[in-house]
Amino acid sequence: MTEATKETPAPNAEIEEEIETVVEIDEAEEAPQSFTVTLNIRRYDPEVDDEPRWVDYDVEMYPTERILDALHRIKWEQDPTLAFRRSCAHGICGSDAMRINGRNRLACKALVKDFDISRPVYVEAIKGLPLEKDLIVDMEPFFDSYREIQPFLQASSKPERERHQTIEQRARFDDTTKCILCAACTTSCPVFWTDGQYFGPAAIVNAHRFIFDSRDEASQVRLDILNDREGVWRCRTTFNCTDACPRGIEVTKAIAEVKQAMMRGVKL
Amino acid sequence: MTIDNPNYAYPARSTKRRGINLEKAGWIFMRVSGVVLIVLIFGHLFYNLMWTPGGIQAIDFGFVGGKFANPFWQWYDVIMLWLAIIHGSNGVRTIVNDYVHNKTVRGVLLWAILLAGAVLIVLGTLITFTFDPCPTGASAELLPSFCADL
Repeated sequence: MTEATKETPAPNAEIEEEIETVVEIDEAEEAPQSFTVTLNIRRYDPEVDDEPRWVDYDVEMYPTERILDALHRIKWEQDPTLAFRRSCAHGICGSDAMRINGRNRLACKALVKDFDISRPVYVEAIKGLPLEKDLIVDMEPFFDSYREIQPFLQASSKPERERHQTIEQRARFDDTTKCILCAACTTSCPVFWTDGQYFGPAAIVNAHRFIFDSRDEASQVRLDILNDREGVWRCRTTFNCTDACPRGIEVTKAIAEVKQAMMRGVKL
Repeated sequence: MTIDNPNYAYPARSTKRRGINLEKAGWIFMRVSGVVLIVLIFGHLFYNLMWTPGGIQAIDFGFVGGKFANPFWQWYDVIMLWLAIIHGSNGVRTIVNDYVHNKTVRGVLLWAILLAGAVLIVLGTLITFTFDPCPTGASAELLPSFCADL
């Protein structure tokens, strides 16, 4: 393609030259500068290590890249034994929640340029769930809590036609529909860290999504499940969950609304 | 994980549910008692330090004895005592539940809190209602001077 263009005589050599210079300037202005980032990763291989250990890696990165790209580069170019979960890599699947510089985030949404790269970036698995390998934890206890709150629509009418909702009724629980079950909130919660028995913010958020849904008929069932010794009353409103949520869900507010519903009934 | 263990124990928590659950009552109590305590404590401070002539200098054995002779202040102080001790104990219980990971240590601490709270409430209530500044038959040296006038 390029060769063919070169062979064709230019209709106007001057314009051609001008365009080339413009292109050159653009390239010079936009050429991204790469820099070295040190990642300190908490590695753990259950077959070799007794305790997790911190290992540092130097990676050549561009400011537009994400921590997930750095992990890929380490796995593909430096150390293929590094284990981490990721799937869509675009902040939707919720697979790559990890603790980066002491804060739970999605590695695929954490841009390198937002970190102070003069110091190492610390990456470790989310806390409070059993560590399996490197950045991978056992998510089953988390999903157990999720399953327990019955996260599905329960309606007695036959689904012969659409169940209509007004815009306001839909907006009532809109915020909590955004959850991607990445566990960033639950594993940032100091109450969950104690013994992992607390239902955790994510389960309550997903209960909220159905409790305040006008089409659902099992709100009271879910409220009874969450009115547990390990339910909503253990929330200390530390707001860690709200800060951690990569989807920007107001998690603590949702928990407070569930508490209110338990005392005063569900207000749709 | 799923393939290795398809019959995962589920749900993990439901099996452990037992006994009555007072968490909701406790949560509401903390908020209500907190509001009432703000009124009671500031009322107590205002009466003792500002309303009473002489302020803090005037607070002595006789002043307290006088207050405990009045049914209004007896009930005022007893309500304040109960609310404060239960509110405080429940707060510490919450902190223990949140931060003590070892099950045995947690059990010991929770019982210690319960015991301490119960002892303080029983003794406090007893003293408030049975306080006698001039018990009969006591040595005059141990009693305040105004007892001689009675």
